[in-house]
Amino acid sequence: MSNPKFAFFLGCLIPFREASYEISTRRIAGAVGIDLVEMTDANCCGLPIDPINHDMTVALAARNLCIAENMGLNIMTLCNGCFGSLAKVNKELKEDRALREKVNGYLKEISMEFKGNIEVKHFIEALAEDVGVEKLNSFVSRPFIDLKVAEHYGCHFLRPHKYLDTGDPENPEVLTKLIEITGAKVVDYLDELQCCGGTVIAIDENVPIYLTRNKLVNIKKAGAEAIVTICPNCHMIFDLNQPKIEKTFSESYGLPVLYYPQLLGLAMGMPPEDLAVGELRVKADKVLNRLIQKA
Amino acid sequence: MSRVMTSEVKSGANEPIRIDTKFKNMVLKTPGGETLKICFQCGTCTSSCPIAKISDSYRPNQIIRLAQFGAKDKVLSSKTLWLCAACYTCVDRCPQGVEMESVIRTLKNLAAKEGYIPKIFKDLGLTVLETGFLYRIQQLRSKSREKKGLPPLPNPKIEDVKKLADKTGFATIIGEESA
Repeated sequence: MSNPKFAFFLGCLIPFREASYEISTRRIAGAVGIDLVEMTDANCCGLPIDPINHDMTVALAARNLCIAENMGLNIMTLCNGCFGSLAKVNKELKEDRALREKVNGYLKEISMEFKGNIEVKHFIEALAEDVGVEKLNSFVSRPFIDLKVAEHYGCHFLRPHKYLDTGDPENPEVLTKLIEITGAKVVDYLDELQCCGGTVIAIDENVPIYLTRNKLVNIKKAGAEAIVTICPNCHMIFDLNQPKIEKTFSESYGLPVLYYPQLLGLAMGMPPEDLAVGELRVKADKVLNRLIQKA
Repeated sequence: MSRVMTSEVKSGANEPIRIDTKFKNMVLKTPGGETLKICFQCGTCTSSCPIAKISDSYRPNQIIRLAQFGAKDKVLSSKTLWLCAACYTCVDRCPQGVEMESVIRTLKNLAAKEGYIPKIFKDLGLTVLETGFLYRIQQLRSKSREKKGLPPLPNPKIEDVKKLADKTGFATIIGEESA
């Protein structure tokens, strides 16, 4: 059987600040058999400018969708923001004829047309659906023992529910199942589906600082030793900004934040360097030591 | 055009609210604003809202009520409007089916059209117009990608982005309309 194949939509935050997500994803994709084809002409997913002009957001998202349609491939994204924007616009354009006519009017200017014959998936969905949890489980050669982690899905992977087919937004399961195959135990914590505030960092930096501080405190209380994320924006707030949050509140969390493909790769026996674990701001040594000693 | 933005949507004690009776219909006619009229002020949005938990001014149900009343200037000039993180919790929980995020986004889009636009969004908009992306990725970083064995970054046709910006009115809003 041939590998599942996707048009790979990287977005901009990952190459700008969060390269370890891309590096670890490419390693995992190669190892478990997901083929990624580069979208060389892709542009911004549109989401960041939605507050000032919705039509431009839809037009930018639609241009990306058309590029993938021309490649004859479904899109795979890593960033929740890109996923939410592309998946929502894809569904709206498929279902709303008036919107589609308007947007195709814009696209005509650049000799493109939305046809509505592809799907948009997040990497996590591709792993769970196109590879399958059982098959992924067979790749795990060095599971974690006694490692408690907290998961953070991120809003745009789950909501708005009517546009995204990723499970119950109040009780999601897909990431939880994927974490469990690595041997790590997922602990529940208070307000775990709450937003990190990352999208408004440019308007008011205090919003993500306060919201994520509450999350870090709750995660610590629940006894987790690490956090697992699937979105570069959330990750940046939890990891890159963790020292700043600690300083602001004179508290100490010391919680390493791993991207899911990093966690999976470690459990598959890959060396941490291949997964760019060293690029994390909060050092993950505690997690790594545990893995090596108990393997 | 850039206007002075006030910090709160809440009514000040001595400040009269000017009502524009046509404002509600303007919102209802804008795609995304249609569900404004069905909000019955149960407050589920505000009690679910992560921003409302930590802010003393952001109350989504109040923004909706003021918009229903026609308090156009009050709503559109409010800085508070821009605090919505688009987490969509209110959208999923609204018992009336109000598309809260779409309504608030519609209000922000109208505010931007009227010239109430935070500077950061103008800057971000310019970057999108010049590079096709939100962030300018420096040459140095492109080189380090090569070293790590990563493929080159996408390089979108900027004339396409510019044409879309002209057609959608985006270029006008950020003040970069091409002649």
